[in-house]
Amino acid sequence: MPRPFHVEGAGQWTVTPSEGVRRGTGRILGMLESLLALDGLVLLRDSVEWEGRSLLKALVKKSALLVYHDLFRDPLNWSKPGKAHPGGPLEALRDLDKRTGSGPATIALDSLSWLLHHLPCPTLCQTLHALSRQDSCPGDSPPGEQVRVLGLLHEELHGPGPLGALSSLAQTEVTLSGTMGQASAHILYRRPRQRPIHQTQWFSILPDFSLELQVEPPLESRPRSDPHTPSVDPTTHLTFNLHLSKKEREIKDSLTLPFQFSSEKQQALLRPGLGQATSHIFYEPDAYDDLDQEDPDDDLDV
Amino acid sequence: MGFSREEYWSGLPFPSPGNLPDAGVDCVFRGKLTLLCDAKTDGSFLVHHFLSFYLKANCKVCFVALVQSFSHYNIVGQKLGVSLTSARERGQLVVLEGLKSAVDVFFRPREEPHPLQFLREASAGDLQPLYAFVRDALEPVDGAEAAWRCPVLLVDDLSVLLSLGVGPVAVLDFVHYCRATVCREWKGNIVALVHDSGDAEDEESDVLLNGLSHQSHLILRAEGLATGFCKDVHGQLRILWRRPLQPTAHRDRSLTYQYKIQDKSVSFFAKGMSPAVL
Repeated sequence: MPRPFHVEGAGQWTVTPSEGVRRGTGRILGMLESLLALDGLVLLRDSVEWEGRSLLKALVKKSALLVYHDLFRDPLNWSKPGKAHPGGPLEALRDLDKRTGSGPATIALDSLSWLLHHLPCPTLCQTLHALSRQDSCPGDSPPGEQVRVLGLLHEELHGPGPLGALSSLAQTEVTLSGTMGQASAHILYRRPRQRPIHQTQWFSILPDFSLELQVEPPLESRPRSDPHTPSVDPTTHLTFNLHLSKKEREIKDSLTLPFQFSSEKQQALLRPGLGQATSHIFYEPDAYDDLDQEDPDDDLDV
Repeated sequence: MGFSREEYWSGLPFPSPGNLPDAGVDCVFRGKLTLLCDAKTDGSFLVHHFLSFYLKANCKVCFVALVQSFSHYNIVGQKLGVSLTSARERGQLVVLEGLKSAVDVFFRPREEPHPLQFLREASAGDLQPLYAFVRDALEPVDGAEAAWRCPVLLVDDLSVLLSLGVGPVAVLDFVHYCRATVCREWKGNIVALVHDSGDAEDEESDVLLNGLSHQSHLILRAEGLATGFCKDVHGQLRILWRRPLQPTAHRDRSLTYQYKIQDKSVSFFAKGMSPAVL
């Protein structure tokens, strides 16, 4: 029975029987439809700056009817009398598995980070695997039994181990980021027996939780110049002259720099000119000079 | 320079410190968690501001004061124009003075529940008794006329709980329960201060800060200047709204101001526009 839509905070799970979201091949799928087309686990990775809850809500809204399990109010059974599931969050999760025996279903988990904090990672992975029924071969289970799990995961809260484990379980992985105020989703599709497909979409979510695709913003991000301040020429009010006249500029351009090695200099060095004879040194030793070739400085004590 | 503080503060969900209106709490901004975070500087001026603001706005305040004594907050509150002792006497303010109660907990019989019960336990427990204290303090009294406006929980600060041996997941659970009760059920607000150590080795502090950031609607981050201490500019304040991914928000998602703390107020200005520098 449909209830007011309210998915917020940790530990809220919704189960929706999805109706024919899968489209036929050969048609261009919208972003939400393509995310919901595959069964198994769809992992939404968000960060503090780019939050993913609104995308999760948009996906849940796309999945038609909604049955809502409230675990936000009292997940750990602190209030008396306790309103929570007696077995804790793990048993509640396993019960969802049994309840969705009839018909295709979409299970949305907000958030997987909360579950990872309270359950050991292997237990959670096994439960998710059982929920999304990845073990069953396509021929075994009847077509109506397909289950889709949407999980929201906060990237900064976990180390590479749990992130990698959940990522390897996922059939579809959406990483949210953005630039210059525009959000983007990098989507990785892992279809069985096919190569993984990468796709990047720029989008925004409207207040009624429908998705609007945006154009990719230009790559170079210039700092926005303030149109109110006029550009000022700094050389206008100086007490000395920084400008060059035309003649001065010509002289300056034609000047060769002293240490620049040009072809003229190269020729002058290779071919000694007429005025330059090889230099000679004329030395006349006087009486006191005793030039010893083996000891010219005369300081060896031999 | 001719720029008034009001121009910078227009549009923010709370008034600037030093310019408190009489009207009180804006009813649009209720049921929210505001996270105060400081890095390389002391962000307690924000705690004092929010405490005096909500008391002046006639809200019922539960103040979990773990860092300083009651008289310290009282002295600063008097400079900002509120008297905490009289607020406590007329029942508007409920204070858990952490420094005093931490000693009391060892002199009580074990069966009596105490908000800081986790100090007595050998292994890291949960903060359920603290949550029970907050719930009892802020529970709206049925039948009586609404003397106070929305309930407010103010915590100074949450990082101290980490150093007292509580795990980050337990602190996140405590904040989750407070949100479920104070924000969702009673449409109140929560303001909590947490420290960003900036140390890459401190994983617990990182998990706590990021987990709280994901739960909060508004993050105010006070940072020291990157170039070091300055006499005229004490730091900069970054304001980040965690909004849904809406198209072309008419306001930026984050703003940055620099500030200088004075004796009775704090003055804010745009980056590089400090009157001392211009």
